[in-house]
Amino acid sequence: MMRIVILGFGSVGRGIARAILAKNLDLTVTGLADSRSGLIDPAGIDLLAALDRKGNGDLCGNPDVSPADVVAKADYDVLVEVTPTNVDDGEPALGYIRAALGRSKHVVTSNKGPIALAYPELRDLAEANGVFLKYEATVCGAIPLIHAMQEGLAGNTISRLYGVFNGTCNYILTRMAEDSLTYEQALAEARELGYAEADPTYDVEGIDAAIKLVILANAILDMRTTLDDVERTGITLLTPEALRLAEDQDCTIRLIGEIVPEAGVLRVSPRIVAKTHPLVVEGTLNAVTVETDLAGDLTFIGKGAGSTETASAVIGDLLYIRERHVQGS
Amino acid sequence: MKLEMRDQPGQLVAALQPISAVGGNIIAVIHQRETLAATETLDVQIVLELPEEGSLPKLLELLREQGVSVVRIGEQRLLYECTLITIGHLMHTDLSDTVDRIDTTGSAEVTDLSLAMPAINSPSSARITIRSTTREEMKKAIRILRGVAEQKDLLIIEPLEGV
Repeated sequence: MMRIVILGFGSVGRGIARAILAKNLDLTVTGLADSRSGLIDPAGIDLLAALDRKGNGDLCGNPDVSPADVVAKADYDVLVEVTPTNVDDGEPALGYIRAALGRSKHVVTSNKGPIALAYPELRDLAEANGVFLKYEATVCGAIPLIHAMQEGLAGNTISRLYGVFNGTCNYILTRMAEDSLTYEQALAEARELGYAEADPTYDVEGIDAAIKLVILANAILDMRTTLDDVERTGITLLTPEALRLAEDQDCTIRLIGEIVPEAGVLRVSPRIVAKTHPLVVEGTLNAVTVETDLAGDLTFIGKGAGSTETASAVIGDLLYIRERHVQGS
Repeated sequence: MKLEMRDQPGQLVAALQPISAVGGNIIAVIHQRETLAATETLDVQIVLELPEEGSLPKLLELLREQGVSVVRIGEQRLLYECTLITIGHLMHTDLSDTVDRIDTTGSAEVTDLSLAMPAINSPSSARITIRSTTREEMKKAIRILRGVAEQKDLLIIEPLEGV
């Protein structure tokens, strides 16, 4: 049995709770917090009751218990940090992660901010305390891209990595190509379906894709980069005519994130892609091609977001830690 | 180019050697022996790439010295092709000047242009095909286009795959 605390009880946090309830994963949740309340119970929190409270619009726990209290006081093996991303300074998540690693607790996170901003520091802190820091869910949701690159492709040299890293943009471009919608029409549709935020800047300007490139570059490809190093163009200026001009040549346009390690290239921009290319996926899917020296080219396709899908990546990391570092009581 | 040479051992090598001597790159050698041919000569077709335009006369001279006669030369000067899409106020920012900036390089040309202008004052979209003599020249042409785009506030959509 492994004891975990969950920080963040939004879409991802609840997805994890539901998976733990639905499957016999042998995980006990001894702490839980959302932005306004917290709960600590060494015997294991009743997740069903917490989900019900949240579903009714109530606090998930006690307003006098803060997330920081849960990190500092609960008894646990792994901190599951799934609060919303802040790309400016990574807080408050960064502070929680530092505190947990400082207490020699493993950390699993879906939060892009801390990993993009402070990966080398956090990795060193984890190493110094003899614990794991895992972050599969930060890039491409359900696709086990980081695991594949770190484990399955160990020993390969990666010469280029490129793909569709943002499902919102991919949905918008798919719809513009299919039905000649304008960018504004396709965005409105994406919002209605819950694929785009009220303020879509983060997605449509390519910032989200750029952060994912920074994470892969720093954590997997041994580069030292920041968001400012990414050459970035979004999709807001695209026209249905441009998509038709591409279509005339059996091509389409996709927002592509690209890393060429040797040339130091990190780039997010709309690109012309042949419709037969494996990266041309429909709707909100993500797809990433990795070019390697030994394994050749590999393309990974899957769901890049969603409650259950992101929970899958978090649970994969949790079970990885349990396999390699059995602890707890 | 199509070459005619004596049907003797070593002749093909003698014909290929001058190509590498001028820094050329052999792309294909097509060598079909016609069973009914009564002549003592052999026809060989070679597809090759030369580093610069001036190296062709030198190659022909070397081939002649080897006793190889050149029957026919078909030349394709602009070997590389790249198609891009640009979006913005293309007419207001002088589209023909944009094209000229590439054409005046002399080693890259805009060979095809498709323009879509949905409404006055809204941005137009164009698909531009550029052909160039070498890969380096294509990179240079794309760099020029990027510079023009920045200056004229146009969006350039490049292909995912290289030239």
